[in-house]
Parts: sequence; C-alpha cells; structure tokens
Amino acid sequence: MKKICLTVVGMYLSLLAAFSQRSPNTDSSYKSRKLKFEEVNIVSSYYKQDGNHAAVTGGTGSQELTDLSNSIDLKLTRYDKFNRKHSYSLEIGIDHYTSASSDKIDPKTLSSASHADSRIYPSVNWTMENEKKGTTIGAGLYASTEFDYKSFGGNINFSKKTKNRNGEFSAKVQAYLDQVSLIYPVELRTGANQGEHDYATTGRNSFSGTLSWSQIINKNLQVMLEGEIVYQNGYLGLPFNRVYFSDNSVHVEQLPSSRLKTPIGLRANYFLGDRLIIRAWYRYYKDDWNIKSNTIQLETSVKINPFLSLTPFYRFYQQTAADYFAPYQVHTVADNYYTSNYDLSKFNSNFYGVGFRMAPPKGVFNIQHFNALEIRYGHYQKNVNMNSNIISLHLKFK
Amino acid sequence: MKLIQNKGKIFFCVLLLSAAVSIFSSCTTVKEYQKNKLNDAEMTLSARKIEKTELNFQSYREGASGANGGKTGGGCGCN
Repeated sequence: MKKICLTVVGMYLSLLAAFSQRSPNTDSSYKSRKLKFEEVNIVSSYYKQDGNHAAVTGGTGSQELTDLSNSIDLKLTRYDKFNRKHSYSLEIGIDHYTSASSDKIDPKTLSSASHADSRIYPSVNWTMENEKKGTTIGAGLYASTEFDYKSFGGNINFSKKTKNRNGEFSAKVQAYLDQVSLIYPVELRTGANQGEHDYATTGRNSFSGTLSWSQIINKNLQVMLEGEIVYQNGYLGLPFNRVYFSDNSVHVEQLPSSRLKTPIGLRANYFLGDRLIIRAWYRYYKDDWNIKSNTIQLETSVKINPFLSLTPFYRFYQQTAADYFAPYQVHTVADNYYTSNYDLSKFNSNFYGVGFRMAPPKGVFNIQHFNALEIRYGHYQKNVNMNSNIISLHLKFK
Repeated sequence: MKLIQNKGKIFFCVLLLSAAVSIFSSCTTVKEYQKNKLNDAEMTLSARKIEKTELNFQSYREGASGANGGKTGGGCGCN
C-alpha cells in the first residue's frame, strides 16, 4: 500500500517537474516535427462494495470489497514529413484491493495473503492520422499482472471520416491472452496443487472485433452506433469459486470453455440551448450462455457557466440468468456446468450519482497547465442484496 | 404468448429503424466553424476518462459488457 502511495506521489512530482520547463513559442502555420507534449491525465477512484452472495463461498457470505485505483497517462504528438499526425499514449495503472471473500479461499486461516492484492497494468498506444484523407490507423499493447492473473493484449484500429467530415466509420480488433493461476479452495486441493506459491496455470483468450459509425446530425446532435463480437475460450471460471450441491457436497465452479458475446450500443449526445448537454446510451447484449441484457444510461450536464458544470446521471441495467447459474445447494450431480456466482444470476441494478467538472480558461486554481478537474460520485444497487459506492477524481494537465 | 412477444420484438425493431431513418435523413452538413458545441469536452461520443473505474466494476459485477469503448473480457481475473 505504502509502495503504491509513494509511486503515485512520485508520478505527480515528475509531472510538476516536467511543467517547470516552458515550451518555446511556435508559429501556428508551421507544424513542428518535434515530439510535443499534449496532455497528462490522472484518474483516481475509491470503490467499496458489500453484499451477501460471495461466489467464493458458494453464493453465500460477505462480498465486502474495497479497491483503490490510480492511473496516469501521458499523450505526446508529432507530425511526420508527410504531415501525418502521430499520437503516442503511455499509461500505467495500479489497483490495490482487499476482498473479504478471497480471504475465504482458505477459511482455516484467520486472514490469508489472498485478502489483499495489487494489480499493475501498463499500456502503450499509437495512432497516425492523415488529416487530408480523414483516415487514422493505430495499434496498442497492454499488460496486466497480479498475484493469480497475468494478461497480455494488443489491438489494431482503423477509422475513416466521410468527405464532409460529419461521419466516421471505425473498426477495431483486440486480443487478450491471459494466464489464470489455479488456486483452489483449500479443502479441494489435492497432491500437486497443495503448494503455497507454486500454482499451476491455465489459459484464457479473448478476441473481439468492433465496428462503429458516428454521425453528426446537426450543430447540436451527434450519434454513434457500435456493434461488437467477442469470442472467449479457455478457462472462463475462477478456480476458487465454490458451488454447493443439493447433497451438500462442495465443488469448484465449472463453466463452458467458450463464450460468444454480441453487444450492440447506441449513443446520442444533444446540446440543448447553451447550458444543457444530454448524453444518452443504450445497449442490448446477448451471449451463448443465454444472458440477455438491456442497459440505459442518461446524463445531463448543466453548465453553471462555460467552465463549470454539474452532471447528475442515472443508469438502469437488467439481465437474465446464465444457463449454468443456481443458488446455494440447488445444483445437482446431473449438471455438467455449475456456478453460484450472482454476477451471472438474473437481476436488475440501478446506478446513480453526480459529477462536477471545472475547466477555467486560466487553469484550475489559476495554475496555467492545470486544465481541468472533475469529481464524480455514484451509488450502485443490485436487487440481489449487493450495493457499492464509488468516488472518482480526474485531473487533466495540458 | 410467443406470438405476442414476437410481434412486440418486430414492432420495436420497426420503431428503431424508423427512428434511425428519420434521424439520418435529417442530417445537415455542419462546417468546422459550426462545431463549437459538438467539440465541447462533455459532448464526446465515448465513455469519459472519469468513468474508467465505473466501467471496470460494472464489467465484473454484471454478465454483460462491451459496446462502450471499454474492454470486453480479458485483462483481469477480478472477483
């Protein structure tokens, strides 16, 4: 925890040091080929949840969890000799979480190492925009590591604007190659997997393709339609999730080794008058585990003045249960696949809260490069006895 | 019952299609100098940076994910 705090403080200090150097004035008609600092974003969040359907304990027990998440990204740009704009984005994120249910992987101990962990996830992205042709191509790499999970991913993307620059088509493909450590509940460990730190691993792969179309309708309204297809294969459950059968025997969650997800989303943003922005988003989702879901989110940004805004928001989510879900002591030996993870059960959720954003022309607190500050709080509630609160802070330096 | 459900789905699709047609047919070309409202930081057609952790926890706590510019699987074995 101390290490994470020191890392974040270190990042912040290096950022301040970077701003102590003033950049020379540049002629606006000349596009410098030198690498130029564009912006830095720092996002910090504190998330806390509670509930009584932990998957680790077979759909019963405390779901208490806290997560402190920090990320920083740096964006740089330069123009090449063909006047194409290259953007480079470097990001690193660090999460530290504590979980009451993870502590029950080995319930004999008072508190085990699994009750807390940190996750570090760096990423790099590059895009090249040809402003004349209206095309952009890009690629990115992503990695993530925590005690029982490692991930490595990549993406490539392409977008093309219409002739009048009012519409844009985008395509993106992504792949994640993950390794899951097989840490079973202590009472289900046998011979080879009894060691404390020498766990076997298994793979989980995710491949996705996204197509989107965004369109400016008029001076106040723009919309976007986005469709995605995601295919996952490998070990798709979690090895420490218990399932209690009707005969009271305990088993490790078993899920199919593939999953096909097909979400489709529609977004519309409308600037009403001079002070109100309405942001609406709808998603329909379906997968081959038989989960069907509808999500709708509405946000209204009220501009108190051109530089200050208040954003109340509301999100409604509804899903049907996966074919393989049943509560505590309902599954039987006749079932091929079984889970008591309530994230795969039938439920509705409501998420609401408010955000505050300030971006004064002279900089936040009159600090020239401190471009914007945003704070957002949200309360999330499922109708299956789970709720959480999240508070986030976004600082933008430009 | 199934017939009523299917009729409902067809009606919903027709409604969505006609809404899409009427929206796209009302498109007017907006010049760069007329885009000051569309270029507002809060008019962006993607999830904003401050929503990053929200999107993460929603993708772990819910069965559905995707079509919002975020990740749709992979990258974390969060519980």
